[in-house]
Amino acid sequence: MSQNVGIVIVSHSPDVARGAADMVRQMVGDDVPLAWCGGAPGGGLGTSVESILTAIDQAWSETGVAILVDLGGAETNSEMAIEMLPEQRRARVVICDAPVVEGAVMAGTEASAGSTLEQVRRTAEELRAH
Amino acid sequence: MTLTPELRGKLIEAVANCVIQHADELVALDQAIGDGDHGLNMKRGFEAVLADLDKTSALPTGEALKAVGMALVMKVGGASGPLYGTLFMSLGKALPEELTVPGIADAFAVAVDAVKARGKSDAGEKTMLDVLVPLLEVLRSGADDLPKRLHVCATEAAGATVSMKATRGRASFLGERSIGHMDPGARSSELIVHAILKVLTAA
Repeated sequence: MSQNVGIVIVSHSPDVARGAADMVRQMVGDDVPLAWCGGAPGGGLGTSVESILTAIDQAWSETGVAILVDLGGAETNSEMAIEMLPEQRRARVVICDAPVVEGAVMAGTEASAGSTLEQVRRTAEELRAH
Repeated sequence: MTLTPELRGKLIEAVANCVIQHADELVALDQAIGDGDHGLNMKRGFEAVLADLDKTSALPTGEALKAVGMALVMKVGGASGPLYGTLFMSLGKALPEELTVPGIADAFAVAVDAVKARGKSDAGEKTMLDVLVPLLEVLRSGADDLPKRLHVCATEAAGATVSMKATRGRASFLGERSIGHMDPGARSSELIVHAILKVLTAA
């Protein structure tokens, strides 16, 4: 059986990231590799490339990792983190253009069904149409 | 010309101190149209740069710029980390060891393109690019009276962001209300350029 797609939640606020991760966990239990990070290096609101890299590593799955982000800097720092990954991992990480909380829950639910990374991303991004 | 380790150190130190000293002003500009973190983020990033000053200034110029960029990427905590980090790292990669004005202009063009790609943006969106792009045009226009023209260009270009409407970044959430405030990223770019010019013209 292949591993389910992993989910990473990146918010400026550690509280938001942790809370969103709790909601995903409630939906999917331990079926999906899940990690979150939030807060600037050294504290305060913001995001950290180093923490994002760690979270990707924690949620790593051979089928890929979907990242949910809240605002601009979280996206830019996530893109930077993806570029800094080893080359063989880089193509298997995507950032979903979706609201962080709802997107994470939708992505997690889709991932728990054994869907591909692209399906997980599409499901999270369907939220944008509503 | 090539930079001596001493001059490299002075340049890095001057840029870092200038940003750190203006942190409150950058916070105030960012509170007006963004999330208010630009000054503190840049301060944290450049404090990390200062912590490695001796090691960084001993490196060749290209490697030193890459090290400065990487410190900003890892320590800033906001979008300005990857944006300024990309600017310095790309400049470091593209800069020839023997510095000439056309060589610097070519390398700066590569770096500005990398910032555009990183931010999915271009001039006219009320960002740091509204300072960087005009600076590139000045660099391309020959060496006569260059420091003075770069200085004036940075000031005028940052000032010109006041009347722009933000269409990129957090300030774009404000739409029309972003008009009337200087973009904090444009201001920090202006500050960095002025700090560099001050050291170079005194050298």
